[in-house]
Amino acid sequence: MPRRSDIKTILLIGSGPIVIGQACEFDYSGTQAVKALKEEGYKVILVNSNPATIMTDPELADATYIEPITPYFIEKIIQKEQPDAILPTMGGQTALNTAIALNESGVLNKYGIELIGAKVDSIRKAESRELFNNSMNKIGLETAKGQFVNTYKEAQDFIDQIGFPVIIRPSFTLGGTGGGIAYNYEEFENFVNRGLTTSPVNQVLIEESLIGWKEFELEVMRDSNDNFVVICSIENFDPMGVHTGDSITVAPAQTLSDKQYQKLRDAAKKVISEIGVETGGSNIQFAVNPVTGRIIVIEMNPRVSRSSALASKATGFPIAKIAAKLAVGYTLDEIPNDITKTTPSCFEPVIDYVVVKIPRWDFNKFRSPNPESDVLGVQMKSVGEVMSFGRNFKEAFQKAIRSLEIGRSGLGADGKDLYTTGQLLNIKGKDKDELIDKIITKLQTPRNDNIFYLRYALLLGVSIEQLYTSTQIDPWFLNQIREIVEMEKELTEYML
Amino acid sequence: MSKGKLVLENGMIFSGELFGAEGNAWGEIVFNTALCGYEEILTDPSYYGQVVMMTYPLIGNYGVNYNDAESDKVQANGFIVGNYEDDWCNFEGIDSLSDYLKKSGVTGISGIDTRQLTKIVRSEGAMRCYITNENLSVQDVMKRIRNIPTMTGTDLAGKVTVTKRYELHGKNRFRVAVYDFGIKKNIIREFHRYGFNMMVFPATTGYREILDYKPDGIFLSNGPGDPAAVGYAIENISKLIPSGIPMFGICLGHQLISLALNAKTYKLKFGHRGANHPVRNQLTNRIEITSQNHGFAVDESTLNRDEVEVTHTNLYDGTNEGISHRRYPVFSVQYHPESAPGPNDSKYLFDEFYKIIEENKN
Repeated sequence: MPRRSDIKTILLIGSGPIVIGQACEFDYSGTQAVKALKEEGYKVILVNSNPATIMTDPELADATYIEPITPYFIEKIIQKEQPDAILPTMGGQTALNTAIALNESGVLNKYGIELIGAKVDSIRKAESRELFNNSMNKIGLETAKGQFVNTYKEAQDFIDQIGFPVIIRPSFTLGGTGGGIAYNYEEFENFVNRGLTTSPVNQVLIEESLIGWKEFELEVMRDSNDNFVVICSIENFDPMGVHTGDSITVAPAQTLSDKQYQKLRDAAKKVISEIGVETGGSNIQFAVNPVTGRIIVIEMNPRVSRSSALASKATGFPIAKIAAKLAVGYTLDEIPNDITKTTPSCFEPVIDYVVVKIPRWDFNKFRSPNPESDVLGVQMKSVGEVMSFGRNFKEAFQKAIRSLEIGRSGLGADGKDLYTTGQLLNIKGKDKDELIDKIITKLQTPRNDNIFYLRYALLLGVSIEQLYTSTQIDPWFLNQIREIVEMEKELTEYML
Repeated sequence: MSKGKLVLENGMIFSGELFGAEGNAWGEIVFNTALCGYEEILTDPSYYGQVVMMTYPLIGNYGVNYNDAESDKVQANGFIVGNYEDDWCNFEGIDSLSDYLKKSGVTGISGIDTRQLTKIVRSEGAMRCYITNENLSVQDVMKRIRNIPTMTGTDLAGKVTVTKRYELHGKNRFRVAVYDFGIKKNIIREFHRYGFNMMVFPATTGYREILDYKPDGIFLSNGPGDPAAVGYAIENISKLIPSGIPMFGICLGHQLISLALNAKTYKLKFGHRGANHPVRNQLTNRIEITSQNHGFAVDESTLNRDEVEVTHTNLYDGTNEGISHRRYPVFSVQYHPESAPGPNDSKYLFDEFYKIIEENKN
């Protein structure tokens, strides 16, 4: 289908101030989208409350509003500019939420404005836990099992069905007070009873825990002709339990066979069709059980995301630009490939290198009296990230650490280590056992500096099996780290 | 791992380390751009006589699990990778890739700059190569390379086909005669899923024996080598097309049907091998991301368009990817709807085969 001529003016919503979890990646995608729409001859109206962005440079959009991204202000802009459509998929969660609010308050209807890129129903289906679970159920895909219970008896029946570990979340308590992860009956009884007491409605949610599972993401696109492509697969170095934004991630996926990967691809295709994203990109996350291979759909973002910025740079496929063109009616095969210019954008990029992303944390700037404040979990804490390319994982990984600007020149042996290589190789007896205990204990909790401790552990002779048990980081990645450490050991044999 | 060398027909020499079986390997060098799926690729009989190079640099990561194999052994003559990863990890894995190659007596070489090698093959075209850990002079190796048969004009289907016909029972009422030119197991698995009763015939089987089986459908498999060199098959197929029995061909099967319909085939400069080729279905205008493995292609300009309709086209280079006959229930595709490895976008073709068999029977 050629570009739509029934729309002339498009309002693009930016992502607003830079906050943890929503940073400059949305400036990158928004800027691409503005350019792409202008290139097609549309009048582009932009709203973003953050003037420190590229997209708000005066020469980019036809009209730029530096106003709060709230339904109230957007309605004012709509009144003035009379756009035909809103593209809400470029400005992260902020833009999506605002678009939904405008729809619910009737503003979109009142001014006859169409949402392009993602429909209201699709956004709702992706965002609501219940609707999403129902949709996945309908297409035969699994989501994490969970159930609300009001008595310990009910809790017991449910645990017998799903097994340990489980997450217990009391209903309506502030910040989930009284909840926890239970690995056995004793802990389970304790958490459930405490949760039932703490909850004002005497109710707890018991949810299957996927902590320690392998985590994958697929960046996918779909057009109005139902053409579907995977732009990039991404594998998390850190297992489930650490937020993707706080995980070291690797593209493409490293530890799946083709059959296993195709299962994720088939699932992603079903997910995007069922949720109903017809013209744009999505990010779909999966957990894969490391023993059984069972696949759980974690979530789907019906918009460009932090990961799509990564996938774009990793593959050279400009996801935001193409998504903007799909939103105005083109199909993937009608848009030329940005790199070759002669072939269409309807293809799946292949790469002959490895891409590694490492998050950057600034716990020194965000000091907290809580000693656990730097523990990585379900809430994102990193403030930025670096990505690097290499012909193998080790090269990309080392480059990424060096690029973090934390004063390290790689995984270690740069004079900045807590323990010198000599100390770690020569320590003996009880001292060694104690140090190993200390390091393993440290590694059991995900923290920003754990990769350096993996090296200490390996220099101390800790086995891959033991490291896997303590960290649940896939042995393939642990072996890659081991190879870096072995190279270091080999180099220490030489003299200048 | 012992040191080894890879020598190309153009005289270039690459040093690396051998894995898999000790020894020498030789054949036509081809590259595959799939990011994973090496177990399927190595065991695909269409790679018989070829040395496969993967453009993705890390190979071996998930070991091998035997279930993903496309035939009973490694069929490629040799394997070239950037980094062989011996420390594999996967929940279905059984062996390391190196041990697997060893069992089939196939040599691999690692530590090769596969990016440079790909550029060479892309610019100079398909060529022969030799992998060795022997201390040979360049002249000796070049002499051996010149003795490797070239692909053009060579019938390799005859080397990988079954020696005796065999039967596979299914649950539906239809019988499919399967011509084995080097068939991938996943095609058999797909047919089995539909419940077909199958008789798998050697490549040289005459058309009368096929008709005696009273098939409701005839299938022509993938396979290695130059399609134009498989004269006996072309002749039999040209006799079978007018029978009105539904016929479906994949890859070499597609080329053989085209040849039987008096079209021509030609050797591509460096072939299509990968799992990401976009193909347009000309009938629905939908794009499929396809699995490909072919060094020869059908010359579309030689197809008799009154007789044959072009159904599929490669979006990368516009080459022919599929045809269907206007009068007879015959259709074929150049790519691999059975995937293995690659996306499952094109499985609908098996549906279509089932449908035309059913329609034809009623």
